[in-house]
Amino acid sequence: MMPRFYSALKYAAVLIWSAFVLAPFMWALTTSFKTANGVTGGPTYLPWIQYKPSLHGWESLFGGAGGIDIVQPYIDSIIVTVGASIISIVLGTLAAYGLSRFQYRAGFVKNSDIVFFFISQRIMPPIVLAIPFFLMLQFLGLLDTKTGLIIVYIALLLPIAVWIMVDFFDGVPRAVDEMAMLDGCTPFEAFFKVVLPNSLPGILVALMFCLIFGWNDFFFAFTLTFTDTQLLPVAIVALNSSVTPWWSLSASALISVAPLVLIAFFVERLLSRGTLAGAIR
Amino acid sequence: MDQPEFRFYKLSFLLPGLLGLLAVILFPLFFTVRVSLSGWSAVSPGLDFDGLANYRALVSDVRFWQSFERLAGMAVGTVLIQYILGFAMALLVWREIRYRRFFRVLFLVPMMTTPVIMSVIWRTILHESLGPANDFLGLFGLGPYPWLTDGSFAMASVMMVEVWQWTPFMFLLLLAGLISLPREPFLAAAIDGAGPVRTFFNVTFPLMAPVSIGAIIIRLIEASKIMDSVYVLTSGGPGTATETAGYYIYIRGLKDFEIGYAAALSVTYLVVMIVLLTVIAKLLVRTFVGRGT
Repeated sequence: MMPRFYSALKYAAVLIWSAFVLAPFMWALTTSFKTANGVTGGPTYLPWIQYKPSLHGWESLFGGAGGIDIVQPYIDSIIVTVGASIISIVLGTLAAYGLSRFQYRAGFVKNSDIVFFFISQRIMPPIVLAIPFFLMLQFLGLLDTKTGLIIVYIALLLPIAVWIMVDFFDGVPRAVDEMAMLDGCTPFEAFFKVVLPNSLPGILVALMFCLIFGWNDFFFAFTLTFTDTQLLPVAIVALNSSVTPWWSLSASALISVAPLVLIAFFVERLLSRGTLAGAIR
Repeated sequence: MDQPEFRFYKLSFLLPGLLGLLAVILFPLFFTVRVSLSGWSAVSPGLDFDGLANYRALVSDVRFWQSFERLAGMAVGTVLIQYILGFAMALLVWREIRYRRFFRVLFLVPMMTTPVIMSVIWRTILHESLGPANDFLGLFGLGPYPWLTDGSFAMASVMMVEVWQWTPFMFLLLLAGLISLPREPFLAAAIDGAGPVRTFFNVTFPLMAPVSIGAIIIRLIEASKIMDSVYVLTSGGPGTATETAGYYIYIRGLKDFEIGYAAALSVTYLVVMIVLLTVIAKLLVRTFVGRGT
């Protein structure tokens, strides 16, 4: 009798949490098919039964009336996020390999201090950086440009890449590269031909985290770009005013979080195979 | 691999990344310190020298220190709730449960979504008359509640959205830890006839101590930067009820344009943050490891 009861409790807990996790998505989905009438009459949930569904919200995303044109922000977001992530991964992987394989010393600064310096950048509150970044980009003439944002995002993402890759390379036996060098490879060749091809899992994990944190940033895009460049989160939050078009808002929200939700499937695969345990710690 | 002839390789691995980060971070840091000693504002823009005037002013700035206390309360509160819920969910989908891979994916989803965008959706959910939150509670004869317009409710709303968004991160780190645990201690506990509760407190929890510490510290660092949800949900209000330190600095610096004063606030904020987080990390290590192994 008792195990039955425990197991029912277990499923109940899992289902309640699932409902909580799903609630905002379900609400956004149903709201995205409403018109002004469907919203102002109080909360409704079922199309056809409770309100008359319309594609108005979705059409407004592509130049329709009363919404925003989401195509350009979408492209800008992809360029900035992917650009900054790739540069961070390249720089971060190289630095992490160096830190994992060589001894650096400059005065009292050692490897562990350099690693700590990289990671400690995550402690920096965005607001502390916002004002100097603003003035720095203004000085460089990069305010309100994609290039400017990419530079700023590298500062945010590089620490993540270094953090994950140092741990990953520490787990790759040194014998691997030493063998390659005994065969006459230079350290570059050993790294690019032998170590790197075997490091794909670690790089993927690092890349996913860079994409997540880059795509989801709002604050820097909000303070450092205005009209020429507009990333998705900024464009969507701009809809949030006193007379918010809930239907456009919901449709644009769903379409902008959709690509990263796919990453969840990927993370779960790595997680269940146990690959992630090593990469994260 | 530390022969002197490798010096060139050694440096070319590390320096591009290190110098890049130094270039982007060091200038802002030094610049902020310098600006904090100036009276730069909308009225008198420019880098004059004002000595420690800003710092003297902020010592008695009650609004700043209150926003700090509020941030500390929110960060510790939400991280604690996230830890308990995240650990519970990780344990639930760790082993014998049907469709566990489906639930694992589902439980990860919120951390992949853009906080500021989901906060906008939450704002419509928490709308007093048009949102589903009060509608749902009305089924049980509760409410309607002023989710975003009353101080305590607004605080609870912000914390709930943070819990929704970031429990998955805790869940991810803890589940990864659970999956990598060795099997032997659990077999031993089963042979001793320990039930699920005793197994958890005597085996699982102690074994998970290092992962727990790491996860809590990472989340505390990230939680201390809470900004997006506050900006969208309440704008720090009503009054200053949900104003965090970061949000207050944002108002003084980028809205009122008191750059010098905001820089002084930023420097103080950063120093306090680093000291607090270091102390918390030390304390966590001592309590967990002291009791665990």
